[in-house]
Order: sequence, then C-alpha cells, then structure tokens
Amino acid sequence: MDVSVNKSLASNSFRPATLKRKRRLNEGLIETILFMVGFLTIFVTVGIVIVLGDQALLFFNDPEVTLVEFLTSTKWVPAIGEFGIWALVSATLTTSAIAILVAVPLGVSAATYLSEYASLRARSVLKPILEVLAGIPTVVYGYFALLFVTPILRSVFDNRIGVYNMLSAGLVMGIMILPLISSMSEDALSAVPNSLREAAYAMGATKLEASLQVVVPSALSGIGAAVIVGISRAVGETMIVAVASGATSDFTFNPLKAAETMTAHIARISGGDLSYNSVDYNSLFAIALMLFLVTLVLNLISQWVISKFREQYE
Amino acid sequence: MARFSYPEKQDLQKFVAARYRKAWIWQLIFMATLLVAIVSLAALLLNVVDGAFGYAAFEYKKDPAQFSDKPIEELNREELLAVLQENLSTGAYKKLDNESPMEKRSQIELYYLVQERLLQVDTKATYSLFDSLFNRHEIETEVGEKYPEARLEFRYWLTPAFVTSPMSSRAEFAGVRTAVLGSLWLVGIAILFALPVGVGAAIYLQEYARKNFLNRLIQTNINNLAGVPSIVYGMLGLAIFVRAWEAFTSGAMFGITDTNGRTIMSAGLTMGILVLPLVIINAQEAIKAVPDSIRQAAFGVGATRWQTIWSHVLPNALPGILTGSILAMSRAVGETAPLIIVGASTFISVDPSGPFSKFTALPIQIYQWTARAQPEFHNIAAAAIIVLLILLLTLNASAILLRNRFQRRY
Amino acid sequence: MQPEIPQYAIETRDLSIYYGPFEAVKNVDLKIEKQKITAIIGPSGCGKSTLLRAFNRMNDFVPTSRVDGEILMHGTNLYSKDIDPVEVRRKIGMVFQKPNPFPKSIYDNIAWGARINGFKGNMDELVEQSLRNAALWEEVKDKLKKSAYELSGGQQQRLCIARTIAIQPDIILMDEPASALDPISTLRIEELMQELKKNYTIIIVTHNMQQAARVSDYTAMMMLYEDTRSGTVIEFDDTKKIFTRPSDKRTEDYVTGRFG
Repeated sequence: MDVSVNKSLASNSFRPATLKRKRRLNEGLIETILFMVGFLTIFVTVGIVIVLGDQALLFFNDPEVTLVEFLTSTKWVPAIGEFGIWALVSATLTTSAIAILVAVPLGVSAATYLSEYASLRARSVLKPILEVLAGIPTVVYGYFALLFVTPILRSVFDNRIGVYNMLSAGLVMGIMILPLISSMSEDALSAVPNSLREAAYAMGATKLEASLQVVVPSALSGIGAAVIVGISRAVGETMIVAVASGATSDFTFNPLKAAETMTAHIARISGGDLSYNSVDYNSLFAIALMLFLVTLVLNLISQWVISKFREQYE
Repeated sequence: MARFSYPEKQDLQKFVAARYRKAWIWQLIFMATLLVAIVSLAALLLNVVDGAFGYAAFEYKKDPAQFSDKPIEELNREELLAVLQENLSTGAYKKLDNESPMEKRSQIELYYLVQERLLQVDTKATYSLFDSLFNRHEIETEVGEKYPEARLEFRYWLTPAFVTSPMSSRAEFAGVRTAVLGSLWLVGIAILFALPVGVGAAIYLQEYARKNFLNRLIQTNINNLAGVPSIVYGMLGLAIFVRAWEAFTSGAMFGITDTNGRTIMSAGLTMGILVLPLVIINAQEAIKAVPDSIRQAAFGVGATRWQTIWSHVLPNALPGILTGSILAMSRAVGETAPLIIVGASTFISVDPSGPFSKFTALPIQIYQWTARAQPEFHNIAAAAIIVLLILLLTLNASAILLRNRFQRRY
Repeated sequence: MQPEIPQYAIETRDLSIYYGPFEAVKNVDLKIEKQKITAIIGPSGCGKSTLLRAFNRMNDFVPTSRVDGEILMHGTNLYSKDIDPVEVRRKIGMVFQKPNPFPKSIYDNIAWGARINGFKGNMDELVEQSLRNAALWEEVKDKLKKSAYELSGGQQQRLCIARTIAIQPDIILMDEPASALDPISTLRIEELMQELKKNYTIIIVTHNMQQAARVSDYTAMMMLYEDTRSGTVIEFDDTKKIFTRPSDKRTEDYVTGRFG
C-alpha cells in the first residue's frame, strides 16, 4: 500500500474551493463558435433565397418578360422571348403524378407488409433491398429508364410513344421514390400503439382487418406526410427526366409525349455555354426559385403533419 | 339485444372463411409489391451488366496486315510498342508519351492505341450480353449481311484499362480515370467542409441549444435543407462559388490563371453544402444515442461542459458520426444535377491536378454517355455505372463495417 | 353414456402457459360460473394478465407462447386444432387496462366491430343500445360523429365496453379496467359491471383488493412459486370467504395487507 498517496489526499492538497462563479473564457468562446456554425445553416437558406431571388428579379425586370406572362403562359420559347412556365410545369406535374401513382400504392403496401406481417427474418432481407434501391444514384435510374423501360414501352405502344417520353421517366421515378415512401410510412405504422392492434384483435378482427382498417387509418397522417415528401422529391428530381423525358418544352399532359420538366430545363440550358446575365440565364433562376418555394412549402407541411401525428400518440 | 343478429353456426363458418380468403389475397398483394421492388432492382442491375459486355462489330479503315504479319490481338506488349513507334509520326508519339509514358502502358492500352491511331477502328454495331450469349448465330448472320467488312469481337467494355485510361472522344478507347479522380477530389473537399461544420452544428443543437425560437428555427431549417432539390444547390453554387467567389474558386488568388470558376473547388463546396444537413442530422442521432449517465458522470467529477463533450460524448458518438459521414459521401459521389449546373466539363482528358483544376466526374460521364445516340456510348455508360456502383458499395460496406466494429458498448 | 353438460362458462384443466422455456403460469384449475363476476387477484408479475389473455387467445401474438392443458368454453377446448382464434375472440370480448378507443368517431368505434363480424341489422339502433348498456348514451348522444379521443378517460373506457358488448360476446374479460381512471370513473365502471353481469360472464383482473371485494362473486388468488417464478392459483372460492376467512395463510396475508 502506498502510504504517501493516502497522506497527500488526506492533507487536502487541493486549493481550498472558493465556489465562486468563474469566468471560463474558453467555454464561452466554444459555445459561441458552435452557435455560429449552427446558425450558418440559416445562411444557406437565406443565401438560396437571396441568390435565386436576386437573379430572378433581373429576369422579371427584363422588358421582354412580365410576371403575369411567366405565371400564366403555356409557351416557353426563349428565342422569341416567350417565357411561360406552364410549358415546363405541365411536364413536371405529369411525371410527378405518374411517379406518385406508382410509388404511393406500392410504398404503403410494402410498408404495411414490413410493419404488420413480415417476420424478423423477412425484414432483415427485405429492408436492405429497399435501402439499396434508395441508394442508387438518380443518373443510373435515368440510364435504366432510357435503355430498359423505354424500349419495353415502345414495344407495347408501337409508334405512339417516342424515344423520349414522360411515361418512362415517371414510372422509373416512382420506383426511385418507393423506398422513401415505404420507410416513412413504416415509421408511421410502427408509431401506432400496440393497444389499438390488440383492441382490434380482441373484437375478432383478422390480421388484415386490424392492419387495413385500424392501423393504417391510425397512421394516415404520417403516411400523408410521406406522400408529401414523395411529391417534393419527384418535383425536384432532375436526372431521370433529363435523360429520359426529352428536351421539348411543349405544354402537354400526354405521358406518351416528350416534354421537359422545370429541373430538366435548368440542367440542359445551364449545361450548355450560356453567357451570364442573358435573359435565358436569369430565367433559370426564376424557375429554380419556383422549385425551391414549392418544395419548401411541401416539406414544411410534411414536417408539421408529422409533429402533429407524433403528438397524437404520445 | 336479441334483434341484433350476427352470423351463427354454418353462416359464421362461411363468413369467417370468406374473411380469411380476403386476408390471404391481400397478403399476397402486399408481398407482390415488395416483389416489384426486388424485380426492379434486379432488372436495373441486369440491364447495366447487359450493356457492359457483349459482341461488337468493328470495321478497320486500314488493313491490319499492313502493320504486322501476325493478327494484332496476338501481339505482345513489346511488339505493339514497336508497331506504334514505327508507324506513328514522331510528334504524335511524343505527345502520347508525355500524357503517360508509353513504356509503362499495359498490353491492352497499347492494343487500343493501335486500334485507335493506326487501324482507325469504327464500331458498326454492338450487342447486349444476353443477345451475345443466346443469339450468337443471328448476330453473326446479321453482321455478315450488313457489314461484310466488319470483324465481330466479344468486347468487355469494363476492363482494367477502362478504369485506368483517360477520357477519349471515341467510345472504344475512353476510360474513366479522369472522372473517378474528379469525383474523389470533389467528395474530399465536400467532406472536409461538411464534417467539421456539420459536427459543430450537431453538438450545438444537442448539447447547448435551449428550447427557444431561434434554436427551433435552426432545427426546422436543417430538416428543410435536407429536402431541397439538389439542382437548387447547383444554382446556389453557380451564383456564389462559380461567379461571386471566382477569384477564390478559380485559384486566381493563388496565382492560377488558366481557369474560370468552374473548378473542383466550386463543385466540392456545392456538394459540401448539399450534404451538410445530412451530416448534421446523422451526427445529431449519434450524439443523442450517448446515454446521459456518461455526461452526468463527467459533470460529477467537476468537468466543464466542453470537457465533457470533448472527452466523453464525442468519442462515444464518433463511430456513428463517421458512419453518417460515409453515407453523406456516397450521396455526394452519386449526385449529378448540381455538377451539371456548376459546370463539370464534359471533355477533359487531363487528370485533375488540384482543387483549382477543371474537372469531370463519374456521374457526369454516365449522363453524357447515356445521352449520346451511338450505342457504343451506352456500353461505356454501363461500364461506368458499374464502376460507380462498386465505388458506392465500397463506401457503404465500410460504413457497415465501421458500425459493426464499434457496436454500442452501453 | 351421458354427454357432459357444460355448466361453466370457462373451465381450465391443468393449464400451464409458457413463454419460450419459461413457465409463466402453472397448473391452473378454475371453474368460472356463468353470469357471475370472477376476480383474479394477486401480487404483480404473478401471471394474472397472462392467464386472462389465454382465455381469448391474445397470447397467440407472442410468437414463443405455448399452452399446455385445456381451456374449455361451454365444454369446447379453445386450444384444439380446429378452433379459429378469430371466432374465439368474437365470443370472448376484452377490455384493456388503458382505454384504447380507435382514432375514429364514437359511432364508428362501435360500428366497426359489428361490421367486420358481419352484423345484419340496424346499425344506428345497435350503436344506441350498446351505448345505453354501457351507461354512456346520455353523455355522447349529441356527438356521435366526434372523435373518440375527445372523451375523458372514464368515458373512453365505457366506450370500449360498449364496443365490446356490441358484438355480443358470451364472456367479457377485463384487464384492470379501472386502474388508469379516477375514483368517480372507477365507481361508474363498477356499477356498470353489476348491470352487465345479468347478461354476461365477466372475468376481471385487478390489483385493487377493495375493488375485487366490492364487485366480484368469486375470487381467484394467484401467487408465484418461490423456486420457478411461475404463477399459479393458490385459492379459488366465494369472494366473501376469500376476504373473511381464507383457508390459505398466504391469501390471508395478502388480503390483509401483510404481504411484502
């Protein structure tokens, strides 16, 4: 036994504690730095709004352009000064609608299976497959749409469908969004308290009746939030449509036709050689601002719905 | 309650049987939807493999016999080198030697060089792997009829040479080295930016932030940023990094004059901002998972808040933070749209030399090649996709390994 | 030979319930009288709820659970191979510890169970009758379309009772139905049970010995085996007898509050 250690401890080698509040400069500095780093993220959003807004303003100040025309016209022909966003919005709406029509039923159904039916072992196989699907870069989905799905569609629809078409892009986009919708819906379903399942079973419900008529309706707002996020993702998706849905800015809702979405248009025009401060260049920022605002609103709604949903079962 | 009737006896049995039937059908439907996901994934992967290998019909503009007595594909490295030295002009040979020393090039690289420069090969048609395996006879007949001059060759579009060769305007000789290096550079810059900033923000939000309006705003804002379309980040990068900060991102500040703002630096910073919310959210999860008892223990022996975080919270959260960062990196590797906007050049055959060089990236190449009309470009797009997927697989596998290696000990 | 006349609502014969290798409930023999209230009491963790949940096969949802012995309902073994658990639960309703109405309207909370069970008849009448029988009608008759979540805890629990009696079970199981409620609500539930026993057999698990003494006709006392930690029924008798002159020393200790 080392006696000297004991002795020094006993004789209180520490300085007597004053217990007074100390000014710890470092601590305060660190907190300030960390706060500023956190606050930086606000600057990203503000930056997006200012940058996009600033250039969009230049666009709207151009004598060739009016805000009313931008928001109402269905013609987008920059060469002759026609800037009607609906020509692009129509394609965005069409491809997103197809994607949602594919992804929501498939995603919710897959989530129901995973949450209510699947054994632990089945889950451990199926979940990674969905995760892989979610991790594949969108440009690869674009390749898949153009070189696998489109040829199949062309053999089904013969000449009525072009090499570039919105249907193929929309379908593949649906597959891309499926894992997102399924995992968010599964979160919502598993947040439904078990007592509701028990209540349903105790009244003589089958597993299907309990799942489809009690659990799914109870998770409906959470599933709704997943759908909203899915829409937001579809609207903002670029590469699949840039590769597979063509480069014609026509106003059309016909999925068999080629048409350019807002995102694909930005990608195509900015990919070319474009002189800064031309009307064309500035118009891209106006489109991007629209995209940002639409997805922002969708994301905010979805977050709000989710927080309300969580409250309900707390 | 007697007037309220439910099915009884046989009726009940029939009724319950019908309900079970319905439940069975629905369960099949649920399982079928997962089958759709599995089939889609399988189709996608097979489609890519299908494109990366298969027969190709080549025509040579020059007769191979005029360069060598033996068939060209049977020549070894030295013989190929001799053929090139003999038949290329001294200037052309020097130029190639400067790009990468001829002596060090592999047999397959030299073979491609002979095909490209001397024989002036022209691809007439390419066939998918499944066609090549199962319809060989039809392919031979077709090529014989349509291109009587052409030679049919089974082509592995994905070869070691494909990975190590630089970009070329001819699909037959193009490689992805430049693009892979570009991708690695920009992911490196992105994570160098996003990791410290992201972890700092996560520490602030989890360990310091009180529940007030400002902090709630920061949190909501981060969640929102995670959902902003990547192309919007591209526009932000274009306006700020490429244009407003051109002096910095072009390297002019550091005496580099031959580029504009469309550099690796601009693209890397854009990607960094894009993955920042992801890094923050993942780091928050990791920090949240550190049990409070550890913090209380540290406070209990008189540690300050920062001492507690630095020596107890962060070490415990580190595996989670790193795993999240690797996942963010794999997101950055696959992102394409922002790079198009910020302006990855499509034709760059020189390796990036630093953060201020022009560059191309793997997904950009895939996009450009997929968009080309000639089928041989689709083949190399498929080969490039395999390279990209292997890169992603490596990243994700290391994330999983990391997670398993440092399984929570509490 | 004379067929056995089923005179009990539920009869267990040498019943044991397992979770994996663990024997949670051991060798229980109970004979539960029709249209009476039977209480199951005992210290926590002694398998009261497990036993109750075996009666309507709710334990089936625990993947590792297993039952030995027999549970006879009106003479039929509930665990024989040709018995469908869905039909069992239709005949043996259950009310849970915490009120768990569905996040639907008050009306639909009752109508749903009836609908899935193939109810033919006037749904409005059924809803009204069930709510009346659960002593809730007067309080909710003007807001049937409102969400059940707007009701108070006690009202929610009576709604859960209402939806259970709407599907006309023979037996109602109650798993500490008042433990999450205030004293006034508890009283109302207890009064309601006295009404209900005219038509139904009720089995109630309770923590609260006064409650068991107040409401039940028969009481089963459960206790853990010291060595195996399995629960079993140590005494089953008239409630009055259990609470005044129990034959088992441990029961006496428990009901008089001398138990650990």
